[in-house]
Amino acid sequence: MGCQRRALAAVALGVAALLAGCAAPEPWVKPYERERLADPIMRLSRDALADKHREHIYDVRESGRGATGVQGGGCGCN
Amino acid sequence: MVATSGSGVWMRRLRRALARRPHHLMRAGRALGVVVGGVAAAGAAYAVDLPEDRADAMYHFYDGGGTRADGPALLIRKKIADRLSISGSYFIDSVSNASIDVVTTASPYKEKRTEYSLGASRGADQVGSRYDGMFDTAQHWRYRLGVTQILTPRWLMSANLEAVSDNGYLGNPYRVAQVFGTLVQERYPRTRSSRALKLRAVGDIGQGEQRAALRAEYRYFWDNWEIKAHTLELGYTRYFGAQWLGEGFVRYNTQKQALFYADNAQSETRYVSRNKQLSDFNDVSIGAKATYAAGKIADKYDIKWNAQYQFMRFRYKNFTDIRTHSLYSFDANVLELFVSATF
Repeated sequence: MGCQRRALAAVALGVAALLAGCAAPEPWVKPYERERLADPIMRLSRDALADKHREHIYDVRESGRGATGVQGGGCGCN
Repeated sequence: MVATSGSGVWMRRLRRALARRPHHLMRAGRALGVVVGGVAAAGAAYAVDLPEDRADAMYHFYDGGGTRADGPALLIRKKIADRLSISGSYFIDSVSNASIDVVTTASPYKEKRTEYSLGASRGADQVGSRYDGMFDTAQHWRYRLGVTQILTPRWLMSANLEAVSDNGYLGNPYRVAQVFGTLVQERYPRTRSSRALKLRAVGDIGQGEQRAALRAEYRYFWDNWEIKAHTLELGYTRYFGAQWLGEGFVRYNTQKQALFYADNAQSETRYVSRNKQLSDFNDVSIGAKATYAAGKIADKYDIKWNAQYQFMRFRYKNFTDIRTHSLYSFDANVLELFVSATF
């Protein structure tokens, strides 16, 4: 349990560190350097509906859940 | 730096009707959802791009382990004043179930579910059986946080964290456990709390005119039932000419069993379950996706046709098929065919 708490604290610190960047955004990759990033193949979730269906399939059959970056999903089962 | 938050309202209604045949469970589900998602930018350096306006129509199919599910689904997403993105989805899941639980020990069940979400989400279940009627309830809370960061002109990454809390009746009134070889009603704790952290990175690895991307995802999941799971996914996407886009991916998931899971318990404990979803197992997936850009219709709607196929293999390490007395495993096929219009 102590180990889990430490892991959670580490995760919270990591997220806080990432969020800390929000306070002072200094984008080191300039807008004109982002041409490649704008391509659809660079999206983390290209097709929301299809991704939601896949997450639903995983949710029903695996214990792991959440943090998928996909809205919805959900199980609707026990 | 871009910070995204899944703030909004999520409403969902799920209705299920069932009819029973010997060893078969027929279930028809219908879900209607409305999601309001907000995306916020920090700092004045640049604005955040909201998701494009888009409509999807999909047919989905799943077949594996005795369960077959298919149906149509729709999604519509629209920007409001370039500040907010709203989306609604409609999903029908027709399930014919002869899974190992139904075939060997369980019998049909039905449930009603309503879910709301606000940056977080809250869900409420009513649980019942066809013999006893509604007899209990369950509540679920989900809190999500996500951050995306551009690393270089070719790479970006994201981190997602989600905490889920459940309380109430979390088991299944029809599923049974096995204690000293005797089938008994399963007994679940009435609370569960889980955490999941997912890290994703995607990079452009194309050379010259050829555009291609590599994607890597890892999720660590843990909960207070002492389940721990690792999920890894790798994907490769590239263009074939100007109109075709192809993707290949592999996914591996492994998990450790819940504290109270037992295939055949050898001691009397307060909680006991033989739900294979809580057992020690792993599953491997391999899949491919093709997208064809069909061009614009009416000078406005950008049409894309998509097909995705995925093969899954589940291997259970301590869940026995009581018909054969060997460890259970099954394969599944998943198909999605959909057309999308962006405008």
